[in-house]
Parts: sequence; structure tokens; C-alpha cells
Amino acid sequence: MKYTVGAVIKEPGSTRRNKTGSWRIFRPVLDHEACVHCGRCYMYCPDGCISLDPEKGYVIDYDYCKGCGICAKVCPVDAIEMVLEED
Amino acid sequence: MGEVHVVNGNYSAAEAVKAVDVDVIAAYPITPQTPVVEYLSEFVANGELDAEFIHVESEHSAISAVVGASATGVRVFTATASQGLALMHEVLFIASGMRLPIVMTVANRALSAPINIWCDHSDTMAQRDTSWIQLYCESNQEIYDTVIQAYRIAENEDVLLPVMVCYDGFTLSHTLEPVEFEPEDEIREFVGEFEPIHCKLDPEEPMTLGPVGGPDSYMEFKKMQHEAMKEALKVIPEVNSEFEKRFGRSYGDGLIEPYNVDDADVVIIAMGSVCGTIKHVIDEHRSDVGLIKVKAFRPFPGDDIRRLIEGKDAVVTIDRAHSYGSMPPLWTDVKAHAPDVEVSSTIAGLGGRDIRVEDILEVIEVAEKGEGTDEPVWINVNV
Repeated sequence: MKYTVGAVIKEPGSTRRNKTGSWRIFRPVLDHEACVHCGRCYMYCPDGCISLDPEKGYVIDYDYCKGCGICAKVCPVDAIEMVLEED
Repeated sequence: MGEVHVVNGNYSAAEAVKAVDVDVIAAYPITPQTPVVEYLSEFVANGELDAEFIHVESEHSAISAVVGASATGVRVFTATASQGLALMHEVLFIASGMRLPIVMTVANRALSAPINIWCDHSDTMAQRDTSWIQLYCESNQEIYDTVIQAYRIAENEDVLLPVMVCYDGFTLSHTLEPVEFEPEDEIREFVGEFEPIHCKLDPEEPMTLGPVGGPDSYMEFKKMQHEAMKEALKVIPEVNSEFEKRFGRSYGDGLIEPYNVDDADVVIIAMGSVCGTIKHVIDEHRSDVGLIKVKAFRPFPGDDIRRLIEGKDAVVTIDRAHSYGSMPPLWTDVKAHAPDVEVSSTIAGLGGRDIRVEDILEVIEVAEKGEGTDEPVWINVNV
């Protein structure tokens, strides 16, 4: 962070550099074989960390995912498992 | 040359705010500050002042509104007292941390309980550590002059800190005195157009204000605020002398105003309207006594005070506030800068109790006896 007067940040979007995924304790791991592409995880993710890749299917952005577990809870086929980060 | 009007202190403050041409005012009425808000809303309503007057539901909202308005790059004003200032407390840190050049007047008043609407300095002393510049006034003329100077100080590139202009509730806020008002065009020329320096909310040039500053950066920003306060120690005298050159009035060097100190054996250190009474006592009763009027309490001109009191027979502070369980704030600051000087501490005039000539004579006696150096002496108190 630059030490500007009043902590003013003149460059927009710089908050992306703050990788909030480091807060995570449990990591959502998606089983692409089991995924039925319903898109519920994508819709429910409160931080917009799940997106649809035309090649890979749904992918999770671990730079910002905080591991809340909502995606795993709403998945109708239990394709997302919450795994402790240390493991 | 200005024009002399007979006005109360609140009017004096409002007239100065009008003269510097502020753009946004948000304030909530509280005794004894209420007339400031009323006068300003009249000025705006009748077209004398082209400003937005934001009606708010509390002092917390008033200060929040001027923080937001100031961040858009315009000149702002608010005013309060006592409980209202206490309600502003958390936002005061935000204003100074964002380095916004807000000017606020405070008509000093005691805090409850018991309920008391009269003057002491408990309200502003409780905000001592919010990183606001604090300037205290002795007369209604000084209120007018100080509010005008406050904008120059707050908006200085090397300072960029909010300023609190403090004046004694009722003693000044509601008492009539002759005050010289300068032509508005001359005041506007002295203060200049407000040009935002470090931040301006503008959709064309987006920027982030008030971001998170974690353990990796918070301390740096706080140290920068302290450095800015030290810069204010230089800027305040500069503005004071420029004002004097232009309008012929000054208050010592703008930080402290010594009165008869060179010839004095005993020196009283005090703030606010009581300084007028002390000058009267010196003139009429005790030519061997001097006064150091502390105009700037933050930043504190401690070294200047130390140089003036070193070698004196006796030195005594008068505090109109207390830090319960320790020593009162003015004494504490003086001692922090002059640890080798014996300084007596007195507390007087809490909750609007008059500080009379005989009380000042008692303060002098406390100093001469060397009392009150490790425990404050309460003046004119019945318990």
C-alpha cells in the first residue's frame, strides 16, 4: 500500500490485489464427473467466485473464495466437497 | 477597514462562515451552539450565502454529511457542543484520518450527568486525541478571526487536518461584544478559492477514500497525521501574521498569547474567555503576574511555553476540565514539555461556575505557596 495523504487510493480496482482467499479454512473441491451443470453453485456463491468455463465446466476462483460452503450445501448431487485447507 | 457590529459569539462564528463562502453546511442544534445553525440557515434561505444546508437528524449525521461533502472537494462547516460533540466522536477520527479540511465550531459546554448546559471545556478536551487541531478563543472578535484563519490552516497542503474552533458557551456564545467584520471580498481573497489537494470524489476520475489499512500500513498513516500536526505548529503562526498584516489583528503568534510574562514572577497558563478576567487582574491588582493564553491546544506549543516559564518563581495552570483519577489535561501537557519546572494545577469553572477576580487571586496564591503540584487544587468548590 502506498502511504498517500489520507490513505487515498487513486488507482481504481486495486482491491483485486488483496487475495482474500487466504481467509479460507475449508476449500470447496468440485468433482467434474459428478457435476450436472445445473449452475446452482454459480448462482448462490455470495462472492462471485464460481464461473463457467466452456472447456472445463464450472471452476472456482481460489484467489477470492473464502470457503463459506454455500456451494457445497446447495449442490443437488453432492459434487462439491469441503476439504480442510491443511490437508 | 471593517465595520463594527455588536454581536454575540455565535453570530460572530456564523458571520465568519458566511465570509469564507462555504459550500455545504450540515449541523444539528444543541445549546449553546443553536443560534449558529439558525443564523446560517437564515443566510442560506435569504440568499446571503450560496450554500447547501443539509438538515440532519443528529450530530453523528451532521459530521458524517460534512465528511462526505468535503470528500467531493468543497468547503464545509458544522458546529456543535457538549453531548453533540460526544455523539460525533467516532466520526471525528474518520475526518482526520481521511485528512479532510473540515472546520467546526464548538460552543464549549459541560457534559451530563448531572445535566448542565453551561460552560466548561470537558467536551473538547474529551476529543483531544482525535487528531483535530483545536483553537480556543477569548473574545467574540477572536471567534470571527479564528474561524477565517481555520480554513487557511486546515486547507494548507502540509497540514490537511480538520480544525475545531472552541469558544466558551454563554460567556462568549450568548454575550454581546463589539466585533469588527471585514469586507467579504477581502476575506474571500485572504482565504482563497478551495482547491482539493489530496482527494476529490469524481466519477470521471474514480478513487478510493477510507480504505482498509491493515497492520502493514495503519501505523504509517497515523504517524503522518502526527507529522501534519507538527507542520501546523509552523502554519498557524504564518496564517496569524498574514492575517495581522492584512487586517491588523493578531493573537500572540497564533499558538500562544503571552501577556505581561517578561515582567512577571508568577505565570498563569489558561485557555478561553477566562484569559480576559486574568488580564484584568494583572492590570488592576497584580502587575507581577503574567499570563500565557494557550490558543492552540492541538498541536500543543509545549516548547514555546517551556521557554516562557523556565526561571519563574511560580507557574500555575487553570483547567476547565478534568481527567478524573489523574491530573487535568492542560497541566499534563505543560508538564510533559517542562518536566523540570514546578507547575501548580488548579481546576475552576466547571459546569459554568463563574471564575471571578477573587478566584484568580486564589489561583495566584496556590502558585505562590507551591500547592497543587501533584494533586489539583479545586477553586471555589464546596466539597
